[in-house]
Parts: sequence; C-alpha cells; structure tokens
Amino acid sequence: MALDLSEPLQKVIDGLAEDFSDALIDVYQSSGDTFVRIKPEANVEVCRYLKEEHHFIYLTDVIGADRFTSEERFEVIYNLVSLRDRERLFVKAWLEEESPEIASITEVWESANWFERQTYDMFGINFTNHPDLRRMYMPEDFEYYPLRKEFPLLGIPGSIELPSSTPDSEHEI
Amino acid sequence: MGLENSFGDSYLTTKIDTLVNWARSNAVWPMPMGLACCAIEMMAFAGPKYDSSRFGSEVFRFSPRQSDVMIVAGWVNYKMAHAIRRVWDQMPDPKWCIAMGACASTGGMHRCYGVVQGCDNFLPVDAYVSGCPPRPDALMHALLEIQDKIRTEHSVTLDS
Repeated sequence: MALDLSEPLQKVIDGLAEDFSDALIDVYQSSGDTFVRIKPEANVEVCRYLKEEHHFIYLTDVIGADRFTSEERFEVIYNLVSLRDRERLFVKAWLEEESPEIASITEVWESANWFERQTYDMFGINFTNHPDLRRMYMPEDFEYYPLRKEFPLLGIPGSIELPSSTPDSEHEI
Repeated sequence: MGLENSFGDSYLTTKIDTLVNWARSNAVWPMPMGLACCAIEMMAFAGPKYDSSRFGSEVFRFSPRQSDVMIVAGWVNYKMAHAIRRVWDQMPDPKWCIAMGACASTGGMHRCYGVVQGCDNFLPVDAYVSGCPPRPDALMHALLEIQDKIRTEHSVTLDS
C-alpha cells in the first residue's frame, strides 16, 4: 500500500530509513495513523532521535499488547505526539514470549516511568534500567499478569484476598 | 408535652421488644458507602424531593460509630473491600446492610478480575436493590423492608 504521509511525517520516515535502516522493520498506515515497527534493541536510540530531531517531545502513552501468536507474542507501543507539527506517530516493537524484555525509555521521557510500570503490571513485560519497576494496580504479591490472553476474565479464585466474612460479634460468643 | 396531653392520667401497655423496635426502626441512620454513580441516587434519597427523613433516616453519618445501616452504593473492588469491612466492623450492633444496585449486589457489568462479584462475599447483606442505578424510591423500598425486619426482631430476648 502506498503511504500517504504529511510533510513532517515523510521527513521522519526518510530520516529513520537513513539513520536506522537496520532497526526499521515496517512502516504502515491504518485508520489515519502512522505506525513504525522497529527492532526492540533499538528502541532507546530511535526514541531519542525522534524526540531530539523531530520534536516528538510528548510521550502520550506506552501500552502493551498480547498478539497471542507463537512467535514474537508481545508488543510494546509508544504513542508519540509532536505538538509543533501536530503529528502523531506510533512506534512498535515485538517481543518474544519467553522473558519479554525491552530497555526502558525513562531516560528519554520521564513520563514513561508509570506507563512502563502499568505495562509491566498488566503484561509482565520487563523494562530493563527502569528506575522503579513495581506493580501499579495489582497487589505486589500478585502472581499473574491480568491482560495476558490466558488470564481468565474473572481472575484466579483466591488469588486476591477478601476480608474475613465472619461477623466480628460472633467471635466472643 | 404531647404525650402527657394525649394520655392524661391513663397509661399504655406494650412489650419492651415492640417499644425498642419501634424506636430503632424509626431512627435508622445510614452510613453512606458511596462508591460510584449509585451514590448520586443515594443523595437524592436523602434530599428534599424523596426525603428519607420521613422515615427517620435523614441523618447520614460519616462516622461508622453513629450509624445503623450501611448503604453500599456502587461497585466494590478488592482493595476497597478491606476498607468497607473495616468500616462495617466499627459500626455498633445492631446493624444492617443494603446492597444498592446491580454492582454491589452481584458485580453487575463489572465482570472482571478486579471487582468483587457482589458485596455479600464479605458483608451480611439484609436488602438487595436492583437497578443500575436504582431510583431513590427503590432505595426507600429497601429502607422500608429493613424497618419491617427491625420491627419483627427480638431485640431484648433471644430465641432459646
């Protein structure tokens, strides 16, 4: 499919193809947005390049996805916005199912801190060099990753503690 | 005052149970446990249009130690469950509980791992109110049911 890119985004794609030809895997458009898939090893350099050279100063979100495929099952998606050019760019990286691991981009955008914690909490993706990689929503001793496809909708019975349902007045009787 | 004037020199016989239950059932002070949109309807229930003070329940107590009925209004997640149980344990006996709305009763549309599927998993619920959210009249109905329950209780003598 031929790409229909705006002028600033065309510069971004040309720049990426020139400087990161090894890391760039795919460029495509869907629903009016532009997606770039890169090798996971190159995520920090690509992100720093996009921030410093193309003014993507605003990291809107970092999300994970479970593609549920036998290879490269997990996906990390960076949602970048350039406020100057009014452009949005999605950068994706695919990770293997066994110990999914990718470098943290907190050194590029501070705001990635909690986004990556959330992604770790929900998908179990390990962000190396993260300053404080702890669970965000689930209890710290929770053993599962709720947004993985194999996790049942209603959770694992008994995995999160409920308060005692014995009426307190019955203890004395 | 009023009573002396009505009775004059005569007197009235009753059972202590009936008297205590009559007093209790007309002063059911709610502990508002507003967790979601149901709390808006709970406020309307106490407000001037529906006016729960007609039944003696206008005094919303934010201290559990002064309240008689806990209205769980909204969905309960696992983290909040511990706080609710703690508040419930601080309420003095006798106490009652209303599960207001689909979420508090069954989990409702929040059919997922983070939400307790009904607050009766950790609370002894006396009245369930259906609706999403229920109208204030429905909550008032639950209150009347609890009043009926109180009036038929043995409060000072135990069943042996």
